[in-house]
Amino acid sequence: MHTVLEAKHINKYFKKPVLFHVLKDISFKINKGEFTSIMGKSGCGKSTLLYILSTMDTDYEGELYLNDDLITDSDHLKLSYLRNKHIGFVFQFHYLLSEFSVLENVMLPAKKLAECSAEEIIHNAHEKLRILNIEHLASKRASQISGGEKQRVAIARALINNPSIIMGDEPTGNLDSYNSENVFNIFKELSEEEKLSLLVVTHDEDFAKRTDRIITMEDGRIVP
Amino acid sequence: MTNWSLILSIAKTHLLTKLKQTSIAALGVTFGIGAYITLVCFMTGLNSMLDDLILNQTPHIHIYNEIKPSKKQPVDLYSEFENSLNVVHSIKPKVTQKKIHNALPLMTFLMKNDNVKAALPQIKTQIFYIAGSIQIGGNLTGVEPVSEAEYFNFNDYIVTGSAKALQNTDNSILLGAGVAEKLSLGVGDRVQVKPIEGGLFPLKVVGIYQSGVAEIDAIQSFTNIKTIQRIMGKANNYITDINVKLEDIEKALPMAKRIEQQFNLRAIDIKTANAQFETGTTIRNLITYAVSVTLLIVAGFGIYNILNMLIYEKMNDIAILKATGFSGRDVQLIFMTQAIIIGLVGGILGLLIGLGLANVIDTIPFNTEALPTIKTYPINLNPWFFVIGFSFAMLSTFLAGYLPSKKAKKIDPVKIIRGQ
Repeated sequence: MHTVLEAKHINKYFKKPVLFHVLKDISFKINKGEFTSIMGKSGCGKSTLLYILSTMDTDYEGELYLNDDLITDSDHLKLSYLRNKHIGFVFQFHYLLSEFSVLENVMLPAKKLAECSAEEIIHNAHEKLRILNIEHLASKRASQISGGEKQRVAIARALINNPSIIMGDEPTGNLDSYNSENVFNIFKELSEEEKLSLLVVTHDEDFAKRTDRIITMEDGRIVP
Repeated sequence: MTNWSLILSIAKTHLLTKLKQTSIAALGVTFGIGAYITLVCFMTGLNSMLDDLILNQTPHIHIYNEIKPSKKQPVDLYSEFENSLNVVHSIKPKVTQKKIHNALPLMTFLMKNDNVKAALPQIKTQIFYIAGSIQIGGNLTGVEPVSEAEYFNFNDYIVTGSAKALQNTDNSILLGAGVAEKLSLGVGDRVQVKPIEGGLFPLKVVGIYQSGVAEIDAIQSFTNIKTIQRIMGKANNYITDINVKLEDIEKALPMAKRIEQQFNLRAIDIKTANAQFETGTTIRNLITYAVSVTLLIVAGFGIYNILNMLIYEKMNDIAILKATGFSGRDVQLIFMTQAIIIGLVGGILGLLIGLGLANVIDTIPFNTEALPTIKTYPINLNPWFFVIGFSFAMLSTFLAGYLPSKKAKKIDPVKIIRGQ
């Protein structure tokens, strides 16, 4: 099966305030269409791992492959491009640009990628909003919608460039059970119907249990 | 690779949603540039007025016959004392004519030089103004009034009457303002003058002259060349001074030296005559530029401050832009674009405000004894000031935007996102 993301022997140290070995020899693969969750106690390094996998954190040892290409030690411009094209992000806090409308927020990564015409981008953005049942919010300001809606907008934004993988850092951590359920169902559908890979860091055991695969971490190691 | 329309639209949204901050930053530039334009136009206007005050009425080269002792005394010519030290006491100036020898051919010669704009003859003499039994001493200068007006701004100092009237009327006089007041004379009246050589000549007052220097105005009067030659009983080749105006003022000194050597006359160039004047001009300009640069730097710091604050406020936005695939360079360009838009809008408004204020100053009445023809404050609307002001606005906003935007470029999105 096609491998989307592969980590080989990843080590990470925090140098301040004292030298601390956060991630110890992490190796794993994520296949296409796989819905994976990472679990573990606070401080076990799961978020740190996610940011390394997301290419935003480049200060680590080991090798990282995206679609079978080595991306470790690429320059920032290349990494930005890879993030833009292949990786979609959903954070615990929605992180929308509050001055922009919902539609503009969704369109931003696509405009940056600039592979489609402006009309296509608008059409795609509406399409993604429709999939997430929030098309009616398109013209509202990002600061004027509710928390659950914001998270769905963030998912729509993560989807706009049809990425290889979606990463989530506790995407339901800040939502009530109804909205959490909603977000989980969206992820599940994307994974099953669109064959999208998902990698989600979570504290929520119920959430994790319903995913295809759970990676459990403890003290910077993957528990086998 | 850089998607300018996207960067512009993000910058525009940032600026428009923070309209208050944006306007304050832009106003900082506006006031800086506006004050710069106003100040520099006003100060250089005043400067050039002061310069003109001296330059316009001072000949570039003044040629005359100086009364001085002969450098070679008869004893020097005697060969037997050739190698001895000769001391002559009580040397007196040589008796010589005041007039310039061969003045008319000399003027023709000067006019042939390409660098010479004009060479105008003058005849200076002392006279007495007669008022009943009182005699008031004074100077009478014979000039070519129309040419003087053309090349030496003679008209600026004629309060009533005109240079033309003086030129065309025989036996006319342009009376100094002080003289006119003492003798209670006005245009159309007659005044009697008595040259030192003797005689009494009634002259018709065709105008009043005011230089602004009261001492001069109390004694100085003008008439035309023919009239003064008649009063003095001299031929029409009697000329005591020649005033030369040049195309290029820088050539005054070498030319003056050449004339002295060639014609055995005294020739003084404008810079030698007004050495202190140039120092004053340089220092005034220096002050103008020091003040202007200070204003522009203050405006630059305002922009720096506001952009810095903006970037702190937008930390989350910057992190999210980077997380979704915008490079550090894109983020830097977004903030640079904002700075440059602020500079552009503020700068253009500043130029307009500067232009407006300068025009307002131009209408404020400014009456001074020294400059009878100037009615309002002088303004120098040199297009270069606008070019410099605008360039500086752009440069300072560029720098003020560059430093904070560089910080934005370096912001680590992981730190911001995990810090929440």
